[in-house]
Order: sequence, then C-alpha cells, then structure tokens
Amino acid sequence: MGKIFKFHNDLDTDQIIASQYLLLPTIEEMKVHTFESLDPEFPQKAVPGDFVVGGENFGCGSSREQAPAVLKALGIQAVVAKSFARIFYRNAINIGLPVIVCKDLPDAVESGDEMELSLTDGVAKAGGKEFVCTKLPEYMQQILSQGGLIASLNKEVQ
Amino acid sequence: MGMTIAEKIIARAAGVKAVRAGDIHTVNLDRMMSNDGTTHLTVDMYYNKLKNPRIADVKKMVFIVDHNVPSDSAKTAGSQKKMRDFAREHGIDFWEGKGVCHQIMMEHYVCPGELIFGADSHTCTYGALGAFGTGVGCTDLLYGMVTGTSWVLVPETVKFNLTGSLPEGVYPRDLMLTIIGQIGANGVNYQVMEFTGEGAKTLSVNDRMVLCNLAVEAGAKTAIFEADEIALEYLRERGREPKAVFKSDEDAVYAKEYTFDLSEVVPVAAKPDFVDAVVPAREVCGVHIDEAFLGSCNNGRIDELRVGAAIVKGRKVAEHVRFLVVPASQEVYRQAMEEGLIQIFMESGAIVMNPNCSVCWGSCQGVIGENEVLISTGTRNFKGRAGHPSSKVYLGSAATVAASAVKGEICTADML
Repeated sequence: MGKIFKFHNDLDTDQIIASQYLLLPTIEEMKVHTFESLDPEFPQKAVPGDFVVGGENFGCGSSREQAPAVLKALGIQAVVAKSFARIFYRNAINIGLPVIVCKDLPDAVESGDEMELSLTDGVAKAGGKEFVCTKLPEYMQQILSQGGLIASLNKEVQ
Repeated sequence: MGMTIAEKIIARAAGVKAVRAGDIHTVNLDRMMSNDGTTHLTVDMYYNKLKNPRIADVKKMVFIVDHNVPSDSAKTAGSQKKMRDFAREHGIDFWEGKGVCHQIMMEHYVCPGELIFGADSHTCTYGALGAFGTGVGCTDLLYGMVTGTSWVLVPETVKFNLTGSLPEGVYPRDLMLTIIGQIGANGVNYQVMEFTGEGAKTLSVNDRMVLCNLAVEAGAKTAIFEADEIALEYLRERGREPKAVFKSDEDAVYAKEYTFDLSEVVPVAAKPDFVDAVVPAREVCGVHIDEAFLGSCNNGRIDELRVGAAIVKGRKVAEHVRFLVVPASQEVYRQAMEEGLIQIFMESGAIVMNPNCSVCWGSCQGVIGENEVLISTGTRNFKGRAGHPSSKVYLGSAATVAASAVKGEICTADML
C-alpha cells in the first residue's frame, strides 16, 4: 500500500529533476530537488512504497537517467502511466524501477489516494477498483527482476 | 518483405539478414558518446558497481564536456574532473569546450550506416548522415562501454514525405516545429522518422540536422535521411568513409505516412511549456522578451549564424534584452569570425559566448530569472527549462530570434 502522487500528460524529465542539479556529485544530493518546479515538498512528503502516476508520454524530453534514479532513491515503488516516453522507460527498467503502463488507472485516481500494486499479476488496486496493467515484455521483465541492467551484467561475468 | 534504412542498420549491427519491427536483438554498437550531463555517474558505477570493470573497445568511445563548460561551480568542476581523469586514464577520445557534443560528433565521427548510442536525447541528430543515433541513459551507456553491445527493440518506421521547397524567410526549424505541432509530443513515440521525397533533396546536411535533432521532441527513437550525394559530399570534405549506405526497399513496411509541402510552411513559434504548442509566429508577436538565444545543437551552426547576422547587421539589440550568440562548435565559431559575423553580432550589442549548451539546458550561462521570458533557438521550452520555474521559453527560428532581440518583443524578421 502506498499513496499516489499524480502528474500531468507529457511530464518531462526536467520537472522530475532540473538541469541545475544534474552535475551534483551523487543521486543522494540530487533527490532532495525531485519535482521541485511542481511540488517542492515532494521529497519530504513521499515515503518508501509510494507511487508516481502520470498520463500520456510520461518522462519525455531529456535522457537524464537522474530522473528515474531520484524517484528510486526516494523509495518510489513504481511509476504508473498511460504511456511512457521511450528513454525514460528504458532507463527506469535498467536501474530497476518498475514502470507500468495502465490505460485506465490514471484518470480514476487523484493525488493522495491509496494504491496497491502486484507486479507479478499486473494488477493495481485503488479506490476499491482493480485495474489490469500491461505486462512488460519478457526481456525487460528479466532485467527488472534481476535488479537492473548492471546486476544482470554482473551475473553474466560470473 | 523489404526493410527500411533503420531496420537495415539494426540488421547489420545484429549480424542478421533481416529484422522486423517489434523484434528484440542484441547489437554491436559502432560508437558511444557521453557528455558531462551524466558521465560522472557512469564513472562512479564503473568503479563501484561492476564486478569486472573493462572497456570492450576504447576506440568506440567519445567523451565530450559541453553542458556546463567552463564549469560554474566547484561541484561541477569535481564531476567534470572525474570524467576527464577517466578518459585520460583509459585513452578515450576527450573533447572539452570545443563544441556541443552532437556538433562535434557530426564534424568528426558519425558515418552513414553506423549504430550509435549517446547519453543525450538529441543523439537522433546523426540521422542527417544516414546513421542510427539514439539517446540512452548512463546505465545503457555503461553496459555498451563494457560489452560493446546492447539490446534494441526494433522500432516501426514512419515515413515523412517532403515535397516542394521552403519559401524565403522560412527555415528547416520552422518545418520541424510545424511537423511536431501537427503530430504532437507523443506523435512518433518509439518510432523512427524517415525523411524522404523531393523536398528532402533541397535540404543540406545542416538542414537535415535541424530536422533529425528535434525528432525526440515528438517521441522518436531516431530520425533518418538516406545518405545521398549531399551527405556523402559532407563526409568526403571531412575525409571520412561511410560504414554502409542503405536505402529503404520499395516494399518496406511503414507504420504511417505523412506528406508535408515545404512551400506551405510559415515562420512558427512553440509556446511555453511544450514543444508541440506550435502556432504561426505572428500569433505571439508583441510578447515582451528579456533574453534571446541563438545557438544549440539544433540551431547554432554557420547557416543560422548567417541568418541572425544578416538581420542584426546595422541594427542594435533592444536595450532591455540580453542577446546570447553561442556558436555550436569552435569550427563554426572560426568560420563565423572569418565571415565577419562575430563582428556584426558584437556591434549590435549581442553577447557572443564560447561553444556549449548554454541556456538551452538552463544550468550554465544565461539562466533566466523569475517571470522572465526567453525566445530561443534551443531544443526545448519546458517549464523552468531555462531557469526559474516561473520563467517562460518560446522557440523560434534564428530569424525570428534575431528580429525579436532587436525589437525587444517577439516579432518575425519581415516586421522589423
């Protein structure tokens, strides 16, 4: 169970983490600026297990991997959206942050709502309703289940 | 069933005869580029996360410091030092302050037929030379650096048939913003934009870069032109050979086809805060501006500097406006000096700066303050992209930006 933080369509990665923080030495130093332009209190309000919900084209724009990385560092359980921009989607899987396509859920929930997600079943529950999510292609599911691309690379070399 | 140029490049890189959209393949990467936006994180992961750190082929790697150069703080300097030290220690080609990464790559590396990963979303620029360039994050870049390979989900291709030629005073940037405005920021998500047709033949490599560069703003994985005689001539002038020259087969499969008549394009502007919020530039004329920016990997080459200089020649930048002129590379800068363009800009009151990403990425020079307005030839106009979250960015052509700098409010060049 986690609470939802909902954002608009075409949410770009500049909003998740602004350019001016990208060259800070570590993700830990960057994460306190997550969603600063839209909700400066977000890093304080979000607790591990919470969800980010978006509309269409979530994570468009810059390829900055810092965007999914700060969400993961704050403990966001998964990002659920109607659709994702491709670089954000790939980056999130590569670092082990679940990104779930669910066409019906975003319009049915609001920020602050409670939500539950079963990755294995591909089902989300919020507001007493169940939502069926699109399952990840098997190849990506494997990367995610191994904990990301680097974890899978480390397994290969063993 | 035939293949598109993009499919042929992936098939070659995967070492298979044919690929189809939707297939996942392991590919050999021809080249990888990383800039100071994320390389410090790549280096950290290399040393701290890998069980067996190694570089598959150092000749494939290029590191370019272009985003915050010269550095703006001690922390930035520290992150860039990490990148610089790593490049030197491992013998990686290293560029600093010589230009925006994609301009450097086009001037010195990109060849038709190559599959290139860049840790920057505008890597799609390389399609101007018939290469498949695509933006990735630093984990993908690291995996590619270590193994020389990656995985690719073969994207569908969307055909953009270009007819006619652009009218005088209308530029490739107006064309590409018009296309994005029509298909939307999500219009070609995970697809390839293939530009073709008689109109494509009227475009130089510079022009093609303008189109391909912004493809990611419509969600594309990349954009591509066939490497025709115009592209091969650009390559010859720089002493490079193509890896492979591919044409799309006549029976290649396209997910969708669009036709754009270049002769019907008018000067346009993208309004804040979305690149697809495109309107005829006339509709935003009169908007007060505080800053104007001529530069970026999209629009900081010699062609655009010529357009801007012709407009400000003999005129003065409005008193309340900072007009930043930032050549995309030192090669461009030198050429502009030889042609007297830099002199013209300086006499007009412009601030001419060193080649770098500048205010296009809103972290280094020229950042704008609370409620300020920028008109820009940069790549994006997202909320707060150029500085304060309340500030606003309009995107327009070099002509519209230069004319607006003179007038102090948005206007098209014919209104001066």
